Amino acid sequence: MFRKQECVAMLLAGGQGSRLYALTTSVAKPAVPYGGKYRIIDFPLSNCVNSGIETVGVLTQYQPLELSDYIGSGQPWDLDRMEAGVHVLPPYQRNKGADWYKGTANAIYQNMVFIERYDPEYVLVLSGDHIYKMDYAKMIAEHKKNNADCTIAVIEVEWEEASRFGILNTYPDNAVYEFEEKPKNPKSNLASMGIYVFNWQKLKAYLTADEQDLSSQNDFGKNVLPAMLNAGERMYAYRFEGYWKDVGTIDSLWEANMDLLNPKVPLDLSDDSWRIYSRTPGLPPQYVSSTAKVQNSMITEGCNVHGNVDFSVLFAGVTVEEGALVRDSIVMPGVTVKKGATVQYAIIAENAVIEEGATVGVRPEDMQDMNDWGVAVVASGVTVGEGAVIPAKAMIESDVAKEAK
Amino acid sequence: MNRNTVLGLLFPNMHDSALPEFTQNRSMGSVPFGGRYRLVDFTLSNLVNAGVSKVGVVTKSNYQSMMDHLGSGKAWDLSRKAQGLYFLPPFGAAEDQYDGRIAPLNGIRRFLYNSRHDYVILSDCNVVGNIDYRKLVEAHIESGAEITAACLRGTLPENMASPIFTTAKNGRITDMVITDRAEGEVLYGAGLYVVSRTLLMQLTEDAVSRNQYSFEWDVLQRHVEDRRLYTYEIPEFAMVISSLGSYFKANMALLDPQTRAKVFVPHRPIYTKVRDCAPALYGLHAQVSDSLIADGCKIDGMVRDSILFRDVQVDRDAVIDHCILMQGSVIGDGSELQYIITDKNVCVRDRRSLKGCEEYPISVKKGTMV
Repeated sequence: MFRKQECVAMLLAGGQGSRLYALTTSVAKPAVPYGGKYRIIDFPLSNCVNSGIETVGVLTQYQPLELSDYIGSGQPWDLDRMEAGVHVLPPYQRNKGADWYKGTANAIYQNMVFIERYDPEYVLVLSGDHIYKMDYAKMIAEHKKNNADCTIAVIEVEWEEASRFGILNTYPDNAVYEFEEKPKNPKSNLASMGIYVFNWQKLKAYLTADEQDLSSQNDFGKNVLPAMLNAGERMYAYRFEGYWKDVGTIDSLWEANMDLLNPKVPLDLSDDSWRIYSRTPGLPPQYVSSTAKVQNSMITEGCNVHGNVDFSVLFAGVTVEEGALVRDSIVMPGVTVKKGATVQYAIIAENAVIEEGATVGVRPEDMQDMNDWGVAVVASGVTVGEGAVIPAKAMIESDVAKEAK
Repeated sequence: MNRNTVLGLLFPNMHDSALPEFTQNRSMGSVPFGGRYRLVDFTLSNLVNAGVSKVGVVTKSNYQSMMDHLGSGKAWDLSRKAQGLYFLPPFGAAEDQYDGRIAPLNGIRRFLYNSRHDYVILSDCNVVGNIDYRKLVEAHIESGAEITAACLRGTLPENMASPIFTTAKNGRITDMVITDRAEGEVLYGAGLYVVSRTLLMQLTEDAVSRNQYSFEWDVLQRHVEDRRLYTYEIPEFAMVISSLGSYFKANMALLDPQTRAKVFVPHRPIYTKVRDCAPALYGLHAQVSDSLIADGCKIDGMVRDSILFRDVQVDRDAVIDHCILMQGSVIGDGSELQYIITDKNVCVRDRRSLKGCEEYPISVKKGTMV
């Protein structure tokens, strides 16, 4: 018998994150690097550990190799436990047939056996799409206080943006009376954060019923939550205050990284009381040479900086050679920016090489038509040849030849 | 080498007296080095990189910080079911304090007896280098030596008595002296030995029965003639820490890219405890040149030719020049530091000025508020 856990967390990490294009061709979105030494999944995993949740199931499906490797035994997050801890849960074959995860609800349904082992009172459903620090214990406490069947974390968004989100309409006591998916005329500005606490017995019943309904898309937002609301279950919103950012698009991923350089943005990664853990490569400290100029930037271990770096985030093991310029950019692990190259308003993915004199990205002030402007992306392992010029908003997925003279 | 070939034994308290500034509450092995490491990391990583999977850490005193640093050994992949990392503090009531290696070796005789390894590598923790111990063991086996002493060629480390060897052409030791004075280039011991486990137990028992305590004097020197003692000249780059001056120089040497390339070899990583600091943040007024900066630092001042450990904060208009600032040091607005080594958690308030010089860097004690 496994020791009982009050709450088991289920992290939905199977999505492709197709709006990150080249950045997720070979990795699942939760494994996308963020903030110099993290990956997106470090945030929900660290939040779990810091909130006292010891059991986490990570549901994988799309490109699981790198993500599974990264999670490994769970040791970096202190989730290498005897019975509890982190478990990677891919889809599997049964004696009668086999299914991919058909939807978010189906993914949990297929892993009910995993949850049952711990005989939990509550199940916390999380996604690997957001950067935020949140104490789930407070949310569970409020769930208990409200005697709720389901609690949904919400955050106040700007009214003009509300129509981009799933909006919850609530009574003053936070009881939910209506969901609206991307409403044209929102009645409230409380957006669902995709974080749910369920009473396990209740959820189990609804998942089982949802599975019987062949017309269902087996999705929490579209099927399970509306069904619970229609049946009159007690559903509450939990108001979260603080930094929360979706990193599902190139622009939002770029912005979320840049937020780390803005002292006004309330996301403090150096807070000892709520550490974000990550698996690190263990490289020597970063070296900043006498020819370098580094300002307003975040740089991590193993970097060698000989050029200029301004308003940028450099991940582990990045080399910026003399005379190179990196500004307003995100440079992921192992990238080399060679002599005289310029990287601006760009995301350079892992191990890419920007050869001498190449230019990636354009500053918005140098654009003739701002409609064509956007962050340029160079996919992992790609070499941008000597002197090549990569325009704004480009998505470079294969090597670019050097500029012909 | 398979996992039963070599057992590692570390002596982190050896040479504690070389750095009294930093060893008041810690052993030599746990002295911080190179921005994120402790001296023990180099020796321990060298062992692990050579495939050694059982390591005993023979401690004598002040080992709290060492225990905190090594923990279960996980960061070195030494948290194992069979084998792994073993802390070996003084054992039994009879021997409370000792110098030298014989008494602790006697204290761990059961540990040695119960290990099944053919050879033992014994090492102090005051050498910084990425040394291939496989080659050392191969040389030991090939030469037919009973004891192999790893050596460095050069001028003797300052302020520290070291064994100086005279050898025959084949590397066999013909004479040895132990001194802190020698002219010119010599072949001196690096506190690193290979010996067969059974012979080590036998030699220890023999020395104890004669009330002898020093491995160098009472084992090596006494057996120069009747045992096959060989030297192994370490081909890799290595720096010996024997004084505050050499500690400062060895740290500063890491600012040279070529030195870094010799110490941090891609396929033989130097492991250390993971602290999960956020990456370093450079502010609007940061001016950093020729420096090593660890994660967790927040820099908004001027830093040149310096080494900043994790979580160091340098405020605006502060000037840090040729300094080593250990973990958690905070340097206030407008302060100027030159040739200063701050121990952990030193706080220099706004507009203070501290100056040492190249030949005489000044150290500031752990937790001091200036």
